[in-house]
Amino acid sequence: MHHFENEEKIIQGISGSPGICIGKSYLVDKEGVDVVEKYSISEKDLKREVGRFKTAVKNAKNELSSIIEGIPEELREHAYILETHLVLHKDKMLYGKTIETIEKELINSEWALKKVVSNIKIIFRDIEDTYLKDRVTDIVQVADRIMRNLTGAKSESISEIDKRVVLVAHDLSPADTSQIKLERIKGFVTDLGGKASHTSIIARTLGIPSVLGLDMATRDIKNDEIIVVDGSAGLVIINPSDETLAKYEVRKQRYEAYRANILRTSHVTATTVDDFAVEVMGNIELAEEVVSVKDNGGDGIGLFRTEFSYMSRSSYPAEEELFEQYKDIVELMAPNPVTIRTLDINGDKALSYESSVNEENPALGLRAIRFCLKRKDVFMTQLRAILRAAAFGNVRILFPMISSCEEICEAKKLLKQAGDELEHENIPCNTNIEVGIMIEIPSAVIMADSLADVVDYFSIGTNDLVQYTLAIDRGNKNVAHLYNSLHPAVLRMIKQVVDVGKAKNVKVCMCGEMAGDPFNIPILIGLGLTELSMTPQNIPEVKTIIRELNQKECEKFLEDVFTKTIVADIQKLLQDRFGSLIANGYA
Amino acid sequence: MKISTEELTKTIVIINELGLHARPAAMIAKLAQKAESNIWIIKEGTKVDAASIIDILSLACVKGTEITLQTENFNDINIVNGIVDLIENGAGD
Repeated sequence: MHHFENEEKIIQGISGSPGICIGKSYLVDKEGVDVVEKYSISEKDLKREVGRFKTAVKNAKNELSSIIEGIPEELREHAYILETHLVLHKDKMLYGKTIETIEKELINSEWALKKVVSNIKIIFRDIEDTYLKDRVTDIVQVADRIMRNLTGAKSESISEIDKRVVLVAHDLSPADTSQIKLERIKGFVTDLGGKASHTSIIARTLGIPSVLGLDMATRDIKNDEIIVVDGSAGLVIINPSDETLAKYEVRKQRYEAYRANILRTSHVTATTVDDFAVEVMGNIELAEEVVSVKDNGGDGIGLFRTEFSYMSRSSYPAEEELFEQYKDIVELMAPNPVTIRTLDINGDKALSYESSVNEENPALGLRAIRFCLKRKDVFMTQLRAILRAAAFGNVRILFPMISSCEEICEAKKLLKQAGDELEHENIPCNTNIEVGIMIEIPSAVIMADSLADVVDYFSIGTNDLVQYTLAIDRGNKNVAHLYNSLHPAVLRMIKQVVDVGKAKNVKVCMCGEMAGDPFNIPILIGLGLTELSMTPQNIPEVKTIIRELNQKECEKFLEDVFTKTIVADIQKLLQDRFGSLIANGYA
Repeated sequence: MKISTEELTKTIVIINELGLHARPAAMIAKLAQKAESNIWIIKEGTKVDAASIIDILSLACVKGTEITLQTENFNDINIVNGIVDLIENGAGD
């Protein structure tokens, strides 16, 4: 599909993270599928076409050689994978097969290469071992470099981009996103991904505007084009007119001014006009993000996701490594609390070295506490590291995916065992810490009254709770629009948990995406939640809104909400009553 | 000279923790490329070209996998033995 030169075009996606940016597009097209053109080659041009392919391979090899030469001597050992890539360029299955395909089918090099790589991908798709299966990425990377040399596209990796651009990608893996250097990227847009996908969570943490689930962004947007990304509204404008540019420039400045203003007051505790105090905390994934929580005025860390240190490596991390990392975070945050959630792997964060898990339906599979109770060695290592870090500040432990009383009792038994071991070994630790569970499975909501007897606090994880309650995969863009935390069923579930908490004197927090969306705050305050944890960048705005609210009024408002049976009515109610207050936050 | 097929095949078990991943595969392919004729790697009836990293990787040889190396050319037996040595020593891991 072509859009005419200079014709403004708006494409709608899903808001990944708020904010506006205007900049030049930079296509990171890993698949290359939609970009590659197919055309036939005549017999007489065949030799020249094969020559063109050989030259591209030679240039790709030279490029890689100079990258390897640029690596300092002492790090050469780690460059072995690049040496392997070098050999792969001339591999029969890639090099030989592509030439053979050009000659046999009389087609252009790009198409032949693409075809050969697709076939290789199919072979690898059936491999069960996740680590070996992932080796296909080595082949794809080599093929990508050859492809770039064929098409003449620039060959920069995300970490190498040296101008401020807007990334346009088919999809960004957590590893890709972690490579993004903030000062180089203004924002990003992707074909895949939903509002609560891992990519969008990281985008919000980075604090850059992003739009996801655009479907055809990598096809519709050309390289080096001026585009407008409206992360708040979830849309992208290609070829913006001068008027559009001017309009968005104003909105961008207004949004940034608003952000700066709320940041100034964010370090003070948020209390409603009728003195109802709410602790507003940050969700983090990396130790570096503690700074972001502090800068944004967070009252602590309500959710520290510990998966990251288990990813992008070839074996499980050691206790000492985890301890050092947790200790850093705990010390930086003291005396404020740090809620450490134990390992929640699988689901959308599969470990490449845990090859025993290869599931049809990982969201309902061996993940989180289920995995940890099965792999007690892995679990104990983490529990020990957490208890040791607890000696250095205010630590709370949080067990994910609890669906029954047995699981929490078993987890607590292991926690006690870890503490006893450490004390026996005379290793400094603190075993007197608050123990909580994530309420994210409907069965935990229903059993909340019983679970309340064995824990110190509940933390409602709305991302999964919504997913499991409504049976919607939040990463699937075909159904992502049905994923709504304001669904009356979800609100009723949350109310049930909060009510149990009040009756049993167990603190109830919320740490899902729902807590960070300004639109939901009147409802959460009305429910009486006293602790909310969110992406650090949302803290100032949420605090600002809390200060404008009256808790008693919100409670009354909630009675109206519960008379509504459809999401749209609830949204309208919120819009009518609090719309102007919340709208300040949107550009 | 009559050559027995026994001499032309060697069976060996993979000891690498991560299986035959990119680096060992590259080392094997490098050796196999020096052979006069084809050297094959056979796993559970699937036969691939040892001179291709991609072919080796596609066999998905995890730790504990038994593979058979095969050559058609007596002159290449040294190369087959070289590959056996490499795999027995953990292929650079």
